[in-house]
Amino acid sequence: MADVLALERICKSYNVGTPVETEVLHGIDLTMRAGDFVAIMGPSGSGKSTLLNIVGLLDRPTSGRLAIAGVDATDLPDAEITRLRGHAIGFVFQYHHLISAFTALENVMMPMLVDRGRATAAMEQRAADLLALVGLSRWKDNKATAMSGGQQQRVAIARALAMNPALVLADEPTGNLDTASAEAAFALMRRINREQATSFLLVTHNLELARRCDRIVEVVDGRIAAPAP
Amino acid sequence: MKRWLPFEWIAALRFLAEGRLQTGFILVGIAIGVGVIVFMSALLVGLQANFVRRVLTSQPHIQLLPPEAVARSLRTEPGVIEAATVQRPTQRVLSVDQWQMIRTEVAARPDVAVVAPTATGSALAVRGDASRSIGMSGVEPATYFSIVRVPDFIVAGEPRLDSDDILVGTELAKDLGAAVGDKISVGAAAGGRRILTIRGIFDMGNKGVNERTTFVALRTAQSLLNLIGGVTTIDVTVRDIYAAETIAQDIGRIAPVEAASWIGTNAQFFTAVRAQQLSNTLIRLFVGLSVAFGIAAVLVVSVIQRSKEIGILRAMGTRRGQILRIFLLQGAVLGFLGSLVGSSLGAGALLAWHAYARLPDGTEFFPISFDPALFVIATLVATLTGVAAAAAPALRAANMDPVEAIRG
Ligand SMILES: Nc1ncnc2c1ncn2[C@@H]1O[C@H](COP(=O)(O)OP(=O)(O)O)[C@@H](O)[C@H]1O
Ligand SMILES: [Mg+2]
Repeated sequence: MADVLALERICKSYNVGTPVETEVLHGIDLTMRAGDFVAIMGPSGSGKSTLLNIVGLLDRPTSGRLAIAGVDATDLPDAEITRLRGHAIGFVFQYHHLISAFTALENVMMPMLVDRGRATAAMEQRAADLLALVGLSRWKDNKATAMSGGQQQRVAIARALAMNPALVLADEPTGNLDTASAEAAFALMRRINREQATSFLLVTHNLELARRCDRIVEVVDGRIAAPAP
Repeated sequence: MKRWLPFEWIAALRFLAEGRLQTGFILVGIAIGVGVIVFMSALLVGLQANFVRRVLTSQPHIQLLPPEAVARSLRTEPGVIEAATVQRPTQRVLSVDQWQMIRTEVAARPDVAVVAPTATGSALAVRGDASRSIGMSGVEPATYFSIVRVPDFIVAGEPRLDSDDILVGTELAKDLGAAVGDKISVGAAAGGRRILTIRGIFDMGNKGVNERTTFVALRTAQSLLNLIGGVTTIDVTVRDIYAAETIAQDIGRIAPVEAASWIGTNAQFFTAVRAQQLSNTLIRLFVGLSVAFGIAAVLVVSVIQRSKEIGILRAMGTRRGQILRIFLLQGAVLGFLGSLVGSSLGAGALLAWHAYARLPDGTEFFPISFDPALFVIATLVATLTGVAAAAAPALRAANMDPVEAIRG
């Protein structure tokens, strides 16, 4: 089976062609197999978010190759990139998780709606199932703003799973939650990983949570450091 | 979530609904703008239509008259004038030369609808002690009544004109104390005098007309006016009333008559209308522009406020084109809803104006007409203006870098 993620010598520079051009990532190699649950750790400003954005096809590397779910995305045109992103990748962010004009259920439906253009009964059913999976069936008709941070993050996790992506990316998903909510969100992702073999790549500052991942990748100054214990 | 609505529509409507206050304020702004435009345009159109209707129910599109006997100064050599003053020759009741031929020629034109020869002059109507000076029009009912729709204005009797019949206005009937079937004596300045029977009484909605205007058979008028076989004017209606002036000039060139179109006769009115139209167009343009900038401003703010949500939508696979459409649609919906409200406001203002603005005697200035086309066009233009105004904000949203948006 193809790797879920394959990065080869990924470099990223900001402000290319200006006097303040700076290279932030200096040749990252990283591979993930289907079902991997990987934590990225590292000090602030070391390039973790930059790396995650490149993996998530939100940004392009300055050089190097990347393949997602067996598709070489290095030279794909923008429209194809957008499509691949919608189908192969789910996102969970630290802040501003949900779209406030929609209910919890609608937020979970959103990636499918975006893809297919019109709502269907099947979509609604899948979204309801996902909300049940994250334990929020009762809140499905709540607007995002009427939920706690922990609940919102669990809706965001359900949403990330909507298109049944090969890889879920989470940038400090628990960074803004209290301990209990953080634990709940992490446990949920780990459980989904075990039950559905969805791969997760998450950035975290929480060593205790990171230890419960399959692997920890340490990024320091735009390079992957020696593997942690 | 509506199953039949496309994603872009759902998002656009939800975004507008969520930004209730902004949406509400800009809708009021658009509505006021559209309302003003609708009100002004309807008023101007109504004024013009009313004027045209009033003029054309009592006036042919073109009148062919005998050329005025033009006075010339006497001169023997160039530069030497014998008589210092030039006097207009007295204007007798003149007949149109070769009117039968002219009539046939003019009637043959494809742009002419009806040709009606008339013999017109003034006379004195007498009944018992009462006498009134009147204008007497001798007409052929068959042709003339399709130009000036006298039968439509008959309030008593019938619009029939045999050789001893006369149709009079309500005021004249009252002044003479006469009713349908009564006889009056009519004497023309030219000498003739006859006893005519009132066949019908009409009300043209104008006191002066009802007082003075009368209709008799063409032959009757000819004999009273001492104009045997002649006519004083040939009245013409054309198919396109706004082409009347050109057609009149055309006829004037080929026939020995003076051709006066209703446009030429009412030149002042048309000059006023044109000035009004110009200022109306300018006002429309500037109101439209300020509405457009209002919509653009609201949407720019909305794009900035929603940049994180736009970033998240892009992250979950939303294409640039979809984002673009979400915001263009918001502009369209604002323009559309605003113009619906505005049209109602304009219509309401029109009704209110109609109810309160009256002539001193309580009658309306003119009947207002609600032209559905005006509202359809206003709505269409406002919707398109909304889309155009949304272009810049929508492009900005579509070209937003999701990384920047999410990090921000
Ligand atoms: N758009 C950008 N333009 C310039 N520099 C940037 C930009 N985004 C991030 N950086 C810089 O790149 C480095 C890595 O940032 P980031 O990937 O956000 O680190 P981390 O997520 O590990 O804290 C930082 O020094 C940051 O200032
Ligand atoms: Mg970061």
